[in-house]
Amino acid sequence: MSRPTLFALQVLVAVVGIVLWQVLSTVPVFGKILLPPFFFSNPLDVFSQIVKWFSSGVIWKHLGITLTESLLAFVIGSAGGVLVGFWFARQPLVAAVFDPYVKMVNALPRVVLAPIFALWLGLGIWSKVALGVTLVFFIVFFNVYQGVKEVSRTVLDNGRMLGMSERQLMRHVYWPSALSWMFSSLHTSVGFAVVGAVVGEYLGSAAGLGYLIQQAEGVFDVAGVFAGMFVLSAFVILIDFGVTLVERRLLVWRPTVDGRG
Amino acid sequence: MSTPTAVALEDAKVAFRLGDGRVYTAVEKAHLTVAQGEFVAIVGPTGCGKSTLLNVAAGLLKPAAGNVRIFDRPLAGLNRDAGYLFQADALFPWKTALDNVAIGLEVQGTPRSEALPRAQQWLTSVGLGAFAGRYPHMLSGGQRKRVALAQVLIRDPKILLMDEPFGPLDAQTRQVMGNLLLDLWSADRKAVLFVTHDLEEAIALADRVVIMSAGPSSRIIGDWRVGLPRPRDIFEVRLDKEFHALHREIWSVLKDEVMKGYAQSTQAAEAV
Repeated sequence: MSRPTLFALQVLVAVVGIVLWQVLSTVPVFGKILLPPFFFSNPLDVFSQIVKWFSSGVIWKHLGITLTESLLAFVIGSAGGVLVGFWFARQPLVAAVFDPYVKMVNALPRVVLAPIFALWLGLGIWSKVALGVTLVFFIVFFNVYQGVKEVSRTVLDNGRMLGMSERQLMRHVYWPSALSWMFSSLHTSVGFAVVGAVVGEYLGSAAGLGYLIQQAEGVFDVAGVFAGMFVLSAFVILIDFGVTLVERRLLVWRPTVDGRG
Repeated sequence: MSTPTAVALEDAKVAFRLGDGRVYTAVEKAHLTVAQGEFVAIVGPTGCGKSTLLNVAAGLLKPAAGNVRIFDRPLAGLNRDAGYLFQADALFPWKTALDNVAIGLEVQGTPRSEALPRAQQWLTSVGLGAFAGRYPHMLSGGQRKRVALAQVLIRDPKILLMDEPFGPLDAQTRQVMGNLLLDLWSADRKAVLFVTHDLEEAIALADRVVIMSAGPSSRIIGDWRVGLPRPRDIFEVRLDKEFHALHREIWSVLKDEVMKGYAQSTQAAEAV
């Protein structure tokens, strides 16, 4: 299928969806409105809410806060994941000792940590960053751990036979292998950084997209909730697009297995 | 007056501890020498431990008994005089062909600015001058072997250890690679220990062909000198009368081992 046709079809899905939503929430069918505006709002109201946010400029502050939180969570979580992942993979004893605890913490639904973080770090951005970090850390950690452990035996032997010292093996073999695993999970970890930020905001904050949605919900402003959701989706898609660009640059040496990106 | 010995395995025995605690003896009392400038091929049925023997010579494996001497010095740790060409893909997938070749020099402390032009020269001499910027996954199997060959040879090792290096390649590419190897080798005649299961390849390439018995506890059971004149062309040499005579002679010994090895591998499968 050609690109323009595909794009046209994709747009068509959106148009049909929005039109259906608008019609069903405003025009009575057999004397009954199928999507009561109180619960479902309607596309026009949602759209005008989004326009209002952007024209008045209030949204930028919230977007900025969420973006900052996500980025911090991603950077800190990744750095921690890489370091600990490397450490565990190179020190099997440490890994064996900590294994049950890592599993235990990872099994915990991270949302329940939000109140603790709010208590420890306050309602500012750091409690959200912390929540995001707990999500990002484990993804990166497991990938790096795997990446270092599953370095091909042959490639490793080859490095040794070429005369590499432990340090050179680290730099030329383990490190690139670990990074490639980390980058392959980039979409997931960036996504989780955003999830951490938004959920944290939703559960208690004074700014951010999660806060906007939570506020709207608090006053039964369904149009506001939907508007927040749409802005959030667009925000995540933009970030994901950025990740794809970065990934394409960093993983040129990899064969493309899937058609993603 | 004899040429110095590059590799000497003296009654080397290789054993592994299996998961259930039993000890599996892969190679028993292997005695093998490779003189400087000599091209020796080891041939044996699958699973006879010929790669194991190569790993012992490389220092990747420690023999359970016996000695390994490299240029008359006992080998401790990795064999620093040897370059190793692996059967499986061993290139660094995250490095371009050029960087893969250059790394052999960079590891020794050669500055990158000096290593890169020399790597480019080596890529050209294995016929890949135009592929310097490609990553391994963008190269064919034969091209990857060429890069691997350049990666090993750029370090100018005194000994070349090759573990069925052309095994994964198709028949034609193997012959082309064989000729390339002979060309490069004839320039400075390193000592070569070349493991293969292909008797024809062994005779066509080597000065001496060593036959191993079927495993476990396999031993070296034959040692033939190949008198075919050099320089050789692998395509032509196979038509030579002497080649055929030698092939028949060695095959008569090897055949029994191949059948034994086959029988054992099927029995082992039935036992499981």
